[in-house]
Amino acid sequence: MNGRAEERDPAIRRFRRRRLADRVFLVLTVASVGVVLAPLVAVVGSVVARGAAAVTPEFLVSVSRPVGEPGGGIGHALAGSALLVGSALAVAGPFGIAAGLFLAGTRRNRIAWAVRASADVLTGVPSIVVGVFAYAVLVVPLRHFSGLAGTLALAVLMWPLIARATEEVVRMVPRELSEAGLALGARNWRVALRVVVPAAFPGIGAALIGAASRAAGETAPLMFTAFGSPFLALDPTEPVAAVPLVIFNYAVSPYDDWRRQAWAAALVLCVLVLAGNLVSRSLIARRAPR
Amino acid sequence: MTSAIHEGLVPGSIPVGRDAPAPARRNKIEVVELTARYGNREAITGVTLSIPARTVTAIIGPSGCGKSTLLRCLNRLHEATPGAGVSGRILLDGRDLRAEDPIVVRRRVGMVFQRPNPFPTMSVRDNVLAGFRLTGVRPRSPEEVVERALRRAALWNEVKDALDRPGTSLSGGQQQRLCIARALAVEPEVLLMDEPCSALDPVATARIEELVREVAPEVTVVMVTHNMQQAARVSERTAFLYLGRLVEVGDTATIFTRPAERLTEEYITGRFG
Amino acid sequence: MTRRVTSDTAFQGVLVFAGVGGLALLGGIAWVVGTMSEDAFRHVGFWRFLVGTTWDPVAGEFGAWPALLGTLLTSALALVLALPLGFAVAVFLNEVAPARLASPLSALVDLLAAVPSVIYGLWGLFVLAPAVRDHVQPALQAVLPDLPFFRGPPLGVGVLCAGVLLAVMVLPVVTSVAREVLRALPDSFREAALALGATRFEVVRRVLFPAARSGLLGAGVLGLGRALGETMAVTMVIGNRHDVPDSLFAPGYTLAAVIANEFSEAFSPLYLSALAGLAAVLMGTTLILNAGARLLVLHARGRWS
Ligand SMILES: Nc1ncnc2c1ncn2[C@@H]1O[C@H](COP(=O)(O)OP(=O)(O)OP(=O)(O)O)[C@@H](O)[C@H]1O
Ligand SMILES: [Mg+2]
Repeated sequence: MNGRAEERDPAIRRFRRRRLADRVFLVLTVASVGVVLAPLVAVVGSVVARGAAAVTPEFLVSVSRPVGEPGGGIGHALAGSALLVGSALAVAGPFGIAAGLFLAGTRRNRIAWAVRASADVLTGVPSIVVGVFAYAVLVVPLRHFSGLAGTLALAVLMWPLIARATEEVVRMVPRELSEAGLALGARNWRVALRVVVPAAFPGIGAALIGAASRAAGETAPLMFTAFGSPFLALDPTEPVAAVPLVIFNYAVSPYDDWRRQAWAAALVLCVLVLAGNLVSRSLIARRAPR
Repeated sequence: MTSAIHEGLVPGSIPVGRDAPAPARRNKIEVVELTARYGNREAITGVTLSIPARTVTAIIGPSGCGKSTLLRCLNRLHEATPGAGVSGRILLDGRDLRAEDPIVVRRRVGMVFQRPNPFPTMSVRDNVLAGFRLTGVRPRSPEEVVERALRRAALWNEVKDALDRPGTSLSGGQQQRLCIARALAVEPEVLLMDEPCSALDPVATARIEELVREVAPEVTVVMVTHNMQQAARVSERTAFLYLGRLVEVGDTATIFTRPAERLTEEYITGRFG
Repeated sequence: MTRRVTSDTAFQGVLVFAGVGGLALLGGIAWVVGTMSEDAFRHVGFWRFLVGTTWDPVAGEFGAWPALLGTLLTSALALVLALPLGFAVAVFLNEVAPARLASPLSALVDLLAAVPSVIYGLWGLFVLAPAVRDHVQPALQAVLPDLPFFRGPPLGVGVLCAGVLLAVMVLPVVTSVAREVLRALPDSFREAALALGATRFEVVRRVLFPAARSGLLGAGVLGLGRALGETMAVTMVIGNRHDVPDSLFAPGYTLAAVIANEFSEAFSPLYLSALAGLAAVLMGTTLILNAGARLLVLHARGRWS
């Protein structure tokens, strides 16, 4: 075949151009995946590299020390976070699951539509605004910052996540299963609690864990509710420490030692949150094949 | 006449069957020992089949026997399915399909699907021109292309005043003819049709059968059908597929009157199972 | 018989209560934030609050414009970066990659969304900002020395740094919604186009994207809503200055960052009310955007079924 003649044939040139465009397109999409995953690697890499050395057993259990004193850790913040997230889960869990059951059982209905929409919209409300809400509702009347207010803020953030995820997994429970229960003469609510919820349990568990790990990383809504505390304070009517608050306060502080501790605390938080996320994900994946 | 090669759709080095001097019954397509898989499952196994130029070949067989799969191998669409694999050869005008870029193959071998699938974001006109628009080609006279394709698809009279309406606003039968026009607009050498009438009523079906017979002298048609009367009405050749294997192929008249195989006879007489 | 009706009715009542409670929650938040900000809006005037450029709590002057503009600028920057990338990744995962590769990759992309905001902030402050200061800004200023929006001393923290960080944070949202929208397009579109001899690129560009337009727009709007309300990461890298930024490298402020930094230190009821006013503006904007985006995505998803 004559190469020069081929060069001049417009049909062949167009064909080559199209094929080239397609290859460029493929390369660009692959490259974009690389560009998107690079920050993940960079962030996790930095946190591990800068935080690992300072994460010792002592760091995990001891409380904050004043600047200048060696040692000190985030024991108080871990306990505070556990308290805040745990109590928020205790509030938002039942409410969220109940709302999810309501949504799953009520398809075409104005109220259900409004509830579903408000859950979706609530997911999009900036968490700092939820903090302002909790401040107005619990900090202003009590006249001081408190773990209670932090709990409220986190619970508000968790509720829509749990409700929508529960709705989704309950929808996937085969109808025959609940009909089998009803056919035995069981009441609706017994069937719901004894048959439907257990059948959907891995999914609901995944929703709870996912929402809790999201809440564990929340900082903004705690800044003027739980506020943070240098002590191991577990009285919910008093200010309570939290790991993300420690990270923020230490990071923007002028002390090198605190900044080092911020990275270490970030590593701890990262591990907790990502582990929660992975557990939640694997629960969902395990349910999927059925 | 506008032809694909002049519109710059396919490289000129490829011989275009229609323009080449051909013996009365040259084979347009040769399928040789073709096996097609989805994952590890073979959907068709060792199919060898010749498809003569400018005739209508019908592929019949029970549901799931691999008719669509075979058809989709002929324009290399099968390989676009995730997990799909093929072995064996398919020759188009004597050249291995694999030697060509699939986008060129699909230009030369058009396809009409079971369910009408006009592009919803395009008008009737743009749907007919989709083969050009998608590939960034500007036909020399788009209006002529549109009219000719719609006339060949027996749709021109119904839509000539509605060319700017969305393609999806037409009735089901019209949509399917629009899809045929879309496939014909780029002047393919072969037209694959996968049960093109299964979603249509009898009147719409009759129109499509008629137009298939009309385009057949210019285009090689391979048509999958579930409907044996349809195969008998429109095709010159019929191939019977069963469980992924080719049982029998021959002149339609012979297949329907004196099939060589017991299986074929049982299938066409409805004593199957 | 009667008891059966009662216990079931009571159970249903509990469920309805939980659902409607959530609805009330949303209303409650809006109402509380609205009432809190009333004072400031009345004192300053709503429009002057929005467009005023001076934020001086001591003098009782509250102009939200610098923070509002900073919010819009950083979010716009984030979208400019995140939309093309997110769409490209969605296309790769949905249209190009084999399933074996697509599902672990998309899990990784989703993991980006799981990293807490404060950790992005930490990374932004100590890794990204120095990199912007030492490498990105000098390089951009060297290549395009005379552009006004590339001026300014190299601080690292500022609008660009916040925008880039926000882009990373909204990418998973944009990607997953775009995937959802693409997944809703029937295969028949793809096959019809392929059968006409289109390349994969042509299928995506001329068939899928046009058909998915409204849903992709929804993905962008949802990403925008996320970017506008993002607080911690931005607070840590925006530079925290109540000035209208005159350059991409200039420090600035965002609505959420002002609230985060000043709320617990507000010394007067009016100051607190003004901060609540920022929250009200933020909430109003994100509510409208989110509702709009969800309608778009819902419409896009239902359209082809
Ligand atoms: N995408 C796919 N993935 C996996 N298996 C498939 C796929 N498509 C088809 N198959 C299998 O391949 C076999 C042949 O399918 P094919 O669609 O070719 O049959 P067919 O003869 O066209 O059937 P019908 O008359 O119902 O259209 C069937 O067993 C089918 O289950
Ligand atoms: Mg078929």
